[in-house]
Amino acid sequence: MSVQSNVEVHSEWGIVSARQAGRNLAKELGFGGVDQARITTAISELARNIYLYAEKGEIVLEGIEKKEAGGVHRGLRIVAKDQGPGIKSVREVMEDGYTTSGGLGAGLPGVKRLMDEFDIDSITGEGTVITVVKWLR
Amino acid sequence: MRIPILKLNRYLLISIQVDLDDQTALQFQEDLLNKIHQEGSAGVVIDLTSVEMIDSFIAKVLGDVVEMSNLMGARVVLTGIQPGVAITLIDMGIMLEEVPTALDLEQGLEKLQQELEA
Repeated sequence: MSVQSNVEVHSEWGIVSARQAGRNLAKELGFGGVDQARITTAISELARNIYLYAEKGEIVLEGIEKKEAGGVHRGLRIVAKDQGPGIKSVREVMEDGYTTSGGLGAGLPGVKRLMDEFDIDSITGEGTVITVVKWLR
Repeated sequence: MRIPILKLNRYLLISIQVDLDDQTALQFQEDLLNKIHQEGSAGVVIDLTSVEMIDSFIAKVLGDVVEMSNLMGARVVLTGIQPGVAITLIDMGIMLEEVPTALDLEQGLEKLQQELEA
């Protein structure tokens, strides 16, 4: 399967476009209403972080599959990349309530709980790549 | 984009029917407070039946507008939060504990009535 869409995020409208693209793809892949809400919310948080901290970046959405004993497992992968300042302390941003923007500090730890897989790769001064996956149940 | 705010006697009614972007959410916050001030409204119902996603930013804007309205002396009730939205908010660790809610617009108006009589 090779359903993929890339959304550029360089304005608040990019946040809206990214989550709309995510909702469409989630629907197409067969996710139910609650998981669609989880996926859209995760995308919104990731896209907002790009806009807030890196000014611009990209959200890549992709339908993926993996072979398991029980058969083929399908899922949706979201990659959020930017060439912003990077995250100084990944440990701190993963703590509930930690914020530098005056927000709720629920963003990244929230995304981790909403999704099944979460991976963060950040180099100070070079940028950040966050990869998350939700598997179809 | 502006979210319409309807006046019904001492109340204001809002039904959010669009995918909220940040700017629209902040504009709504300001519009609602101005309208409360202008009309001397006692209560507000914000209906979220058509809202399919509330992320941490929108949650903060909504929680804040409830507190700001309380400061001004108006009670706010949020209604119609969808199952997926409720599940997502709790997954995210966002509780909105102080915020009065009701299942739908009708029950929201009843709740306002009770809160104002209490």
